This record gives sequence, C-alpha cells and structure tokens, in this order.
Amino acid sequence: MSFLVDSVIMFTSQVLFFGFGWLFFMRRLFKDYEVRQYVVQVVFSVTFAFSCTMFELIIFEILGALSSSSRYFHWKLNLYVILLVLIFVVPFYIGYFVVSNIRLLQRQRLLFACMVWFTFMYFFWKLGDPFPILSPKHGILSIEQLISRVGVIGVTLMALLSGFGAVNCPYTYMSYFLRNVTDSDILALERRLLQTMDMIVSKKKRIAMTRRQMYQRGEDQNRQTGFWGMIKSVTSTQTGGENLSLIQQEVDGLEELSRQLFLETVLVQATKERIEYSKTFQGKYFNFLGYFFSIYCVWKTFMATINIVFDRVGKTDPVTRGIEITVNYLGIQFDVKFWSQHISFILVGIIIVTSIRGLLITLTKFFYAISSSKSSNVIVLVLAQIMGMYFVSSVLLMRMSMPLEYRSIVTEVLGELQFNFYHRWFDVIFLEASSRMWNVTEVPLFCTSSTTCSGETKKGPEERCLSHRYSFGLY
Amino acid sequence: MASLDRVKVLVLGDSGVGKSSLVHLLCQNQVLGNPSWTVGCSVDVRVQDYKEGTPDEKTYYIELWDVGGSIGNASSVKSTRAVFYNSVNGIILVHDLTNKKSSQNVYRWSLEALNKDSSPTGVIVSNGEYDREQFAENPVPLLLIGTKFDQIPENKRNEVLTRTAFLSEDFNAEEINLDCTNPRYLAAGTSNAVKLSRFFDKVRNPELYGIFLSLSLQVASFTDRKRFNFKSLHYD
Repeated sequence: MSFLVDSVIMFTSQVLFFGFGWLFFMRRLFKDYEVRQYVVQVVFSVTFAFSCTMFELIIFEILGALSSSSRYFHWKLNLYVILLVLIFVVPFYIGYFVVSNIRLLQRQRLLFACMVWFTFMYFFWKLGDPFPILSPKHGILSIEQLISRVGVIGVTLMALLSGFGAVNCPYTYMSYFLRNVTDSDILALERRLLQTMDMIVSKKKRIAMTRRQMYQRGEDQNRQTGFWGMIKSVTSTQTGGENLSLIQQEVDGLEELSRQLFLETVLVQATKERIEYSKTFQGKYFNFLGYFFSIYCVWKTFMATINIVFDRVGKTDPVTRGIEITVNYLGIQFDVKFWSQHISFILVGIIIVTSIRGLLITLTKFFYAISSSKSSNVIVLVLAQIMGMYFVSSVLLMRMSMPLEYRSIVTEVLGELQFNFYHRWFDVIFLEASSRMWNVTEVPLFCTSSTTCSGETKKGPEERCLSHRYSFGLY
Repeated sequence: MASLDRVKVLVLGDSGVGKSSLVHLLCQNQVLGNPSWTVGCSVDVRVQDYKEGTPDEKTYYIELWDVGGSIGNASSVKSTRAVFYNSVNGIILVHDLTNKKSSQNVYRWSLEALNKDSSPTGVIVSNGEYDREQFAENPVPLLLIGTKFDQIPENKRNEVLTRTAFLSEDFNAEEINLDCTNPRYLAAGTSNAVKLSRFFDKVRNPELYGIFLSLSLQVASFTDRKRFNFKSLHYD
C-alpha cells in the first residue's frame, strides 16, 4: 500500500519536472526558433525530469521520507531509464538530425543514423580502457560499465566548468578589476566608428562608379573591332582593374577596423553599465561576495594541488567534519544526529539547486552563442546529453558530501565503483582548467565573457559565477 | 522634388535570416557565395538610376546598412547598435519565411530603430510595445522582405503568405518574398522589382511619400481600415 502511495508521489513529481523542462525549453532556449520537431522538446524534457528525480531521491534519503524499499526500487528504475535515454535515445536522435541536415544522405536517414550510433557506442566503450574504474568482478554487460563511463565524461565536464568558474568568478564579481570609462570615451569611440563607416561608404561609391564606367566603356570598347581595338581594351581594363583591386583592399581593411571598433564599443558600454551597477546596493553586495568567493577559490585550488601531490582523498564529509570541530574544539554540545540530518539536507539542497540553475543558465548562453536555425535541434540534443551526464556524475560526487549513513544508498545503487578515482580525476581536471584560465590575461577574458556570451548585464556577475557555486559544497 | 545627397537605408532583422545575402544581391546583382555572421554593421552601395531616359536623369547611390543581429541582445549591444540608426531615410525589415519567430521579432526591430529616430517627429513610445498608430504616422518608409521562399513546402505556402500579408498591413508597408540565392526574383520587370524601385523612390523623395501617406490616412479613417480597401487604395 505504501509502495503505491510512494509511486504516485514520485510520478507526480516527475510530471512536474517534465512540465518545468518543457516550459524552460519553450520560453528560454527556443524563444527565437520555431519548434518543428516536437520529439526534440520531449527528449529534452524527459532527460531533465529524470535527472531532477535523482536529486529528489537523494533529498528523500536524507529526510527519510517514503519507505526504504520503495526508494531503492525507484532509484534503480530511475537509473535504468536515465542510462537508456543517455546512451540509446539521445545519441541516436543526434545522429538522425545531423544526417537530416546533410542533403546527400537524405534518402537513407535511418540507416546512417544507426551507423552514427554504432560509432558513438564504439568510442564510448573505448573510453573506459585507460581508466582504472572497474574491478574485475563485473561482467561485460553490467550497469556498472555504463555508469562508470558516463561518470568519467560527466566528471570531466563538471571539473572544466568548476575550474573556469573558479577563476572567472572573482574577476567578474569584484569591481577592483573594472577599468574606469567615461562617457567621453564612449562618444569618442562611436565617432571613430561612424567615421570609419563613412570612409567605407565613400570608397564603395567609388568602386561602384568605377565599375559602372568600366561597364559602359566596355560596351563602347566592344564596338571597336580589329586588332587595335582588342589591345586597347586589354590595357584600359587592366588599369581600371588594378585601381579597383586597390580600393577593394582598402575597403577590406576598413571593414575589419569597423568590426574591431564595434566590438570595442560594446565592451566599453558593458563596462560602463557594470560600473553603474556596482554603485547600487545589489552591486555592493556582489562585490563583497566576490572577495569571499575569491578566497574560497584560492583555497579550493590549493586543496586540489595538495590532494594530488600528496595522493590524499578526503574521507569525511564537510558536515561531519564541521560537527566534529564544533564539538571537540569549541566544546559546544548538541544533538549530533538531529543537526547532522538537517544541516546535510540544507547543504545538499543548496548544492542541487545552484548546480541545476547554474547549468541551465550556462547551457542557455552556450545555445544562444552557437546555434543557428539549421543546427538548433542538434545543439539542443547535445545540450540534453551534457545535462544528463552532468547530473548523473554530480550524484556520484555528491556522495562524498553526505554523512556515512546516507552514502550507503548511493553506493548500493550505483554499484561498486571506484569512487576515489572520480574525486581524483575531478581534482586533476579542475587544476588543469583553472591553471589554463590563469594564463589568460585580463582583457581577453573579459572580452569573451561579456561579448560572446549574450545575456543581460544586469544579472551578469551572478550568472557567470553560478558555474562556480555548485562546486562550493561538493567537498 | 528635393533630392537627397545621402540616402541611407537600414536593413534589419534577426540573426541568420539572410540580410547579408539580400544586400549583396541588391548591390552587386550577384548571389553571395559564402555568407558568414555579420559583426557590427556592413555597408554596401546600390547604384540606382532615377528617371532613366529623360533629361532629368540622375544616378543615385543608396547606402544599405546591414546591421548584424548576431551578437546578442544585451543592453550594451543595443546602445552600440543605436549609433547606426541616426538620420535614416528608409528601413528594410527582413524576416525568415520558414521561422515564425523571426517574423514576430520584426516588430521589435522596427521599434528599436524608430525609437532612436523619434526626435524629428516627436513620436515617443513610452512602454516599448508595438502600437499600430505609431506606424501610421511614421515618416520613414518601410519595406518588408521575407527570405528563404524556396524552402517553404508547397502545402504551407498559402498559410505563410497570408501571415505575411497581415504583417505588411500592420506596418503599412509593401512586402516582397524571395530567395536570396536566386537573382530571378528581382529580375527587371517582375512585380518585386517594381515594388523595390517604388520603395527607393519613396526613400529618395520623402515629400512624395508624405502625400501618399496623408491620402492613405484619410482613406483609412473613412473605411475603417478594411484590408481589401486599404490595400487597393493606398498603393496608388
């Protein structure tokens, strides 16, 4: 009886998540495109729904809601469905839509889509070879094989985003890095831009006039017959042609200059808006948070280095460690069990919410930057794949943040994976990504974040740093 | 008829609808071979003869300013783009016939361009929403062009054409539906070419356009803007 009630609850929540994914797709992702293939929207919403259900199950685990056997059943069910979607459905549809875009292969779409899927499976399988992720007691066709590979890809993605966020975050939050721009700078740049455009226009008018004259003279020339006529026409068009190509080169150079000026003007306008924003109350709050986060980011990088150099993997989670410290060093006595449950619930809840939100926002920005009307379906499916793998591996890594009694269910469901390996792999990629970011100088970094990533600048600092916030609680 | 020394026409529309291909087709009479995203603004010049064959013949240059829509909608980009909207003589609004959203965004583009240019006439839009009345009194001639006409399947054609007819009526503008990779659509003598040259005439001679406009306003207030009356009486 309780199993039925639990299943109904789970099903309702899944429907809710599905609806949320559907709305997100329609309102944010596809707001400039027409949805012609509804299957894309369905697949995206299904992936989102099942990923969120996994997080929901973790929360239920901590809270102790629903009965333990039904939780276990739903875990297994959810895991199988998500693996099915991530490994069979989404790659197949990606292959199908890619093949549909290529005119040559239109006839045998299904056949080529299957071929693409088999290639994907081959590389996916090969991915497991260089990593020591399995113990030999697993068979070939077990769930652990699939999860381990999905975990590797997902952990790499998480670490990349984390590393990027760790460096980008203090930079965008703190107003210390803002150049000082005045209105006169902007006006000067705009004037230069318009002058360049005017020069381009006048040169193009000259080209058009010269072409027209050549065309008219060419007509006259054609009437001249005979040997001399031919020679004359050759020499005159040659000088005309040379002039044209010279002017054309100048025009190309000026056009490149106008593009650079345009981008620079956008950059300066964005800086001016950031300066104005930083004077508001919200801006000051984020500035303060920025100092706090940058200290945290530095500590994070330091810890990752220590972990790798000294070959150490943290054994206890932050909640238990925090409680230990308070009890032992500060001498404050309180009900450990009660508080540990609540604190880990809050911590895990924050991690989940910020990671979902951060990922969705990052995906949206990425989508706006690279999609076009032809490739929008393929890109959305790729994003759905990334999202699914990301959420599965965040469940994997979140295991370390939970106290021992809650870890057991994750360990049981996901099988005997080498969890330590994943943490180590995360540290390696995180360091790699953040060190690459440090090598880049300030201005280009600012360029990439404000001009190519579209999005409202009002919310800029908050959004850009969300990719870092999810790493806040993971260790 | 006063002539203008500089004739500037904006070409606006969403990213990827085909503005650069269109401008290339209009100015060079050739199809653009390798379209790529436009960053900032690219200008091209169209040579147009006015009153050809008469003693009044003059050659005009029409500047087509193709403002790229691909960099995003952040307010910093919008304020930078506004630099190009000064002293505009005409606007060509481009939308993709295969993508309904780009047709809806055409309203947004026209508002963006006209709000910047609102000082000469004093028309100020307070809430940024589309208002049909504003377009009725708007002194800048508009032309609506739908691209990728060849990519619409046969059975959907009527539906798409009806939709664009509503759109052009809303803007009080002519519409042309074409495929930018095929110069045949703008060949001399086609109705598209006639509409295009009429548009450029209006752009060059705003007084003439003003006469048309006042005529059409009188008619419109009379007949309650019934679509068939409106269309048949307005365009001449």
